[in-house]
Amino acid sequence: MNVHTLLPANVAVDAFNGFSTWITSVVFYSPQIPGTEVKVPLIVVWLVLAGFFFTGYLGFMQVRGPRISVDLVKGKYTRASDAGEVTHFQALATAVSGTVGLGNIAGVAVAISLGGPGATFWMILAGLVGMATKMAECTLGVKYRIINPDGSISGGPMYYLRDGLKERGLPRLGVGLSIFFAICMVGGSLGGGNMFQSNQAAAQIVSVTGEEDSFLAGREWIVGVVFAILVGAVIIGGIKSIAKVTSKIVPVMGLFYFVACVLVILFNFGAIPSAIGQIFSGAFSPEGVAGGAIGALIIGFQRAAFSNEAGLGSSSVAHSAVKTEEPASEGFVAMLEPFVDTVVICTMTALTIVITGTWREGAGTVGGVGLTSRAFETVFPWFPLALAIAVVLFAFSTMLSWAYYGMKALGYLFGNSAQAETVYKFVFLGFTILGSAAALDHVINFSDSMIFLMALPNIIGLYLLARVIRATIRSYYERISTGELPQVPEHERF
Amino acid sequence: METVLVGVDQGEGSTRAVEFATERAKRNDWTILLVHVINWSPYAMTTNAENAERHKERAKEIEFAEQNVIAPMRSIVDAAGVPVETLVRHGRPSDTILDLAITRHVVHIVVGRLGDSGLREAIFGSVASRLVQHATVPVTVVP
Repeated sequence: MNVHTLLPANVAVDAFNGFSTWITSVVFYSPQIPGTEVKVPLIVVWLVLAGFFFTGYLGFMQVRGPRISVDLVKGKYTRASDAGEVTHFQALATAVSGTVGLGNIAGVAVAISLGGPGATFWMILAGLVGMATKMAECTLGVKYRIINPDGSISGGPMYYLRDGLKERGLPRLGVGLSIFFAICMVGGSLGGGNMFQSNQAAAQIVSVTGEEDSFLAGREWIVGVVFAILVGAVIIGGIKSIAKVTSKIVPVMGLFYFVACVLVILFNFGAIPSAIGQIFSGAFSPEGVAGGAIGALIIGFQRAAFSNEAGLGSSSVAHSAVKTEEPASEGFVAMLEPFVDTVVICTMTALTIVITGTWREGAGTVGGVGLTSRAFETVFPWFPLALAIAVVLFAFSTMLSWAYYGMKALGYLFGNSAQAETVYKFVFLGFTILGSAAALDHVINFSDSMIFLMALPNIIGLYLLARVIRATIRSYYERISTGELPQVPEHERF
Repeated sequence: METVLVGVDQGEGSTRAVEFATERAKRNDWTILLVHVINWSPYAMTTNAENAERHKERAKEIEFAEQNVIAPMRSIVDAAGVPVETLVRHGRPSDTILDLAITRHVVHIVVGRLGDSGLREAIFGSVASRLVQHATVPVTVVP
């Protein structure tokens, strides 16, 4: 026995690493399809199956519902007397700000370089079915939200798992699943929602300030400290202006990114038909993709599931603050989130990479963001800097969203104990700094596992509450279609 | 009984507008509808924490407006013995007043020329000038 193993700290680290490796192998367990080299992560199957199930079970609301969704967002069903409350638009915009981020830029690039252009097709399909899962979880989020003694609102899977399953006569299972969910959300918030973001943002900053020659190369922790100060100012210092400014800049950045994609695509106007051809042919008979069509399918599905978070339950927390008497109304609105995130933004990134041909370079050497950056560079040489700024802002807003999710979950576990919250906040900031300095694989893997483990209790709950979800949504849809719930006359809206 | 809508805020112009409207209301047998609009947009971008707190924040904003804007104005109308109804709303001030004028069937709108948000009005134009341009009933702007 050497000295290393005797130190208690090292024993703890080794134990954690072992645990992380174990839980990662469980959560991302991927059996191989016989006769091929394709591995299928069961968690992705679990997420996408839920999407297909709710698509059918709720009666293809993705096709029948968008009109209602858009009218709700425009405020056509909201009375002026409710002005000043959280609108459908605001709930949606806040949730979208939490989901749109690195996954839409870096993740998509990695997916296309591995799965070929055809992965885009499967990604869009998974995004479309994810709309149904999102609708289901956000309807429940509003239905079972609670109003705290101080007048603030708490909602999300913790509450619908506990209270919804209690109504179904399964109180113990409900409490168990809700605690399991909350623990996973706290774990996930520290890594994927924090460490990984700070890590990627630091890498971007180094890359645009001169790669190895950058002052920050090898001193990435400085970026982490700056991030920690800014996040700390918001979550500990209560300086709301920073969060407010971020919430206003991020949508502008998103729009800027979208417009830039459209411009790159238009600059390659002649290549559009062939790019679309590659996406369709690649979906069913890709060349050079490990596992062929199945390989492309798995990669596309995985990308969509990772990006729009449908089935994880996280954004149900964000959606549940909306002012409405009709839980289903927020379901219709939330359905737009995977559409915006995956069907629009991810597809734009994919098209840009396919149309410029940069996906052939592979993400291996330049990384996901680097690959997207190359695609834009072919048209706008200054783009890498703009993209780095966007990545940093997206990372920051994702960190703020997940800090909030983590605190909500922790509050649920510890009965809103102020001490637990303070400890959590400092741990969160510590992870922000750690993440910038080192890609701690074990920690990131552990956290990713936690994020995807959220899908286990959440989707079990969704299945058990499927009847409630369907009844709520159907009743609302029928009352809208028959005119029993009419639009508010124009001058009586806000 | 016909109703005249008086838009008020914390500016001094509001006091003059209320005094002006009260005098005419007394003579013409009008009811006064005192309205204060808290500037708010349904499309403003918000954070998760803001959303969770929004319901109670809104209640606080309304209470503050009732006490600091509406109450002093109302006392002017009450002193003259004119019937009065008060309303605090969130929204874009000019649009909210225009909509209320329609849904409440008011016959006249009275506002002060300058509101309490001098700089913003200097840039984007005042509530009074928007009302004059878009109202469906006569508007009196009190200097």
